[in-house]
Amino acid sequence: MHCAPTATGTFLGMGMAAVTTTQSKRTSSGRPNLTAYLFLMPAVVLVVLFFLIPTILVLYISMTNLTSANFTADIAQMEFIGFANFTTLFNDQFAQKILFNTLFYVLVTMAIFNVGASLFVSLLTTHINRRASFVFRALWLLPRITAGTVYIMMWRRMIADPPFGILNQALGAVGGTPITGSEYVWTFVVIVNGMIGMSFGMVIFTAAIESISKDIMNAALVDGSTMLQRIRYIILPLLRWPLLFVISYQTLSLLTSYEQILLLTNGGPGLYQTEVWALTAYHRALSNYFGNAQWGYGSAFAVVLVVIGVLLAALYMRVFRFRDLVAEPKIETL
Amino acid sequence: MKVDIEQLNKSFGTVVAVHDLNLDIRAGEFVAFLGPSGCGKTTTLLMIAGIYKPTGGVIRFGERVVNTVQPRDRNIGMVFQSYALYPHMSVFENIAYPLKLKGVSKDEQRVRVQRSADVMGIGDLLHRRPGQLSGGQQQRVALGRALVKEPDVLLFDEPLSNLDARLRLTMRGEIKALQKRLGITSIYVTHDQVEALTMADRIAVMNEGLLEAYDTPDDLYDHPKTLFIASFVGNPPMNILPIQAALEGDAVILQNDALRLPVRSERALKAAQQHGDLLMGVRPEDVTLSADGALCGEVFVVEPLGREDMIDVRIGQHRLAALVTTEKRIRAGNRVRLDINADKLQFFDPASKRSILWT
Repeated sequence: MHCAPTATGTFLGMGMAAVTTTQSKRTSSGRPNLTAYLFLMPAVVLVVLFFLIPTILVLYISMTNLTSANFTADIAQMEFIGFANFTTLFNDQFAQKILFNTLFYVLVTMAIFNVGASLFVSLLTTHINRRASFVFRALWLLPRITAGTVYIMMWRRMIADPPFGILNQALGAVGGTPITGSEYVWTFVVIVNGMIGMSFGMVIFTAAIESISKDIMNAALVDGSTMLQRIRYIILPLLRWPLLFVISYQTLSLLTSYEQILLLTNGGPGLYQTEVWALTAYHRALSNYFGNAQWGYGSAFAVVLVVIGVLLAALYMRVFRFRDLVAEPKIETL
Repeated sequence: MKVDIEQLNKSFGTVVAVHDLNLDIRAGEFVAFLGPSGCGKTTTLLMIAGIYKPTGGVIRFGERVVNTVQPRDRNIGMVFQSYALYPHMSVFENIAYPLKLKGVSKDEQRVRVQRSADVMGIGDLLHRRPGQLSGGQQQRVALGRALVKEPDVLLFDEPLSNLDARLRLTMRGEIKALQKRLGITSIYVTHDQVEALTMADRIAVMNEGLLEAYDTPDDLYDHPKTLFIASFVGNPPMNILPIQAALEGDAVILQNDALRLPVRSERALKAAQQHGDLLMGVRPEDVTLSADGALCGEVFVVEPLGREDMIDVRIGQHRLAALVTTEKRIRAGNRVRLDINADKLQFFDPASKRSILWT
């Protein structure tokens, strides 16, 4: 291995860095290199098997009228109906409600928990005794590491309608009015999901705050900042990239998450009250009433989600200047 | 602003970082805290800055006890080894930051930032980001930021350690001149004795949380009160040899298993009054090549230092470093005769590690 700095670049360029010394702007050298491609193979196989092929399949199925009534596993036998499913989808009277539900769910959960609360907890725990902060952060990780079903069952016991439910028991004991889960359904959907999603941002933000040099933190105090001024003028501006990263990553992960809602409310109560887009895809394709699974129509929902996801991902990569973030492989600098 | 430190203590858990420290720093004085890493000098500085709270003792600015005063209420400026500039702010914003927090008007900020930047010679870099500056420029910005609010006390935490040797030399002179001109009480933490010796009015030598000495540079160099100071201050370091001193007529015989050195000097006489084993200290510059020298040994290593060569001579099992002119062309393996400047000898009690000559 040579020691000269090599051009960083695209994924391909990274692989090629070991064999090229060109400093040219992020272009891999013209000659394809077998070793480089071999190193890329595991990743390529995974992406093709678990993302590309399923996406193409879903894309195709979304253009068929495959249901449990005309089920076939043979792709050639499926009836191609073009964009009919999408036309139905865009005229679906509930699609709009579900879209707004999804936007509401993603934005509110992210603002309050995945970004807001995680930032708050990170700032708090980096300003207190180290051991205590470790305990707090460990506690906040519990929802993430608890099995989803167990976690949701605990919540359901917690917020069950009166006279049951730990929350209502407690409220009753202090003379409060009992609440019903259906009244505050969105509140609970957001809290339940938020407490899981929060730990991600917390870990990232805490690491980012801890990595700000002690000298800078001390300089800010000596220069005359209060703790709050230091957070506002020094720490938060330095968290710009972690913030953007968490926001973008969490929008994508919230957009596609539905397991907790499925287990907690199953989209109800009432008609689509807490139904989100990803859950609809699941309901239509795999869990429709009377066992009538509309694979074709459900796939159309999934395709819309994939398109939104890919567009957002592309946007974020631009905002991040992703190529600038691709670091020099460490082995070169050893 | 004078700074007084009385019986200052700081422990982290069971680790004692600073133990019963007493120091008085006069108004306008430039004091260096000198010592190896982990000696408690930075801890002390951070207590003066108000980042750490003392476990015991008192810190006074003037007559005011500042033990629990927040850093922002101490009116101090601080310069760090890593510069500690705010990377998301321009040079202007960096220097203006302390003023902004004080609520100084935008117009006055501009005037004072420009003045401070001009003093530091970075007046034309105000729109740049710290990342676009060289190390030396960054350190100037950090100094400008520390000076802009006209602090009562300036604190330096190894500010030159990250700069290259040449720049360090320039900045050393500049900081010293600036401090004298502005007359701001300054405390300068360093592990580099050359910095301490050249810049400070007085040096507090610290070791393992204790104050070893608090003296002017000349006194530390010429009259070391402890073995630690003798061996720590001065580069190349002082030779320390175990020795016994005995009176013989009007001469003092200094001898051990490998050497026998008759000398006539007041210091040696004082040492001869002590019975038993002693430690003798002699600086390399006080060891000279001499055809009729009393010491004879083999040159083991020659280190060319440019103007001089430092030679490492083995005398029996003992080593003696000497600075000799390069013209002598000494080579490793040569046998040389050496003489010692008896008027510059130091003597220490091996048990207490304290000087026999100075108290």
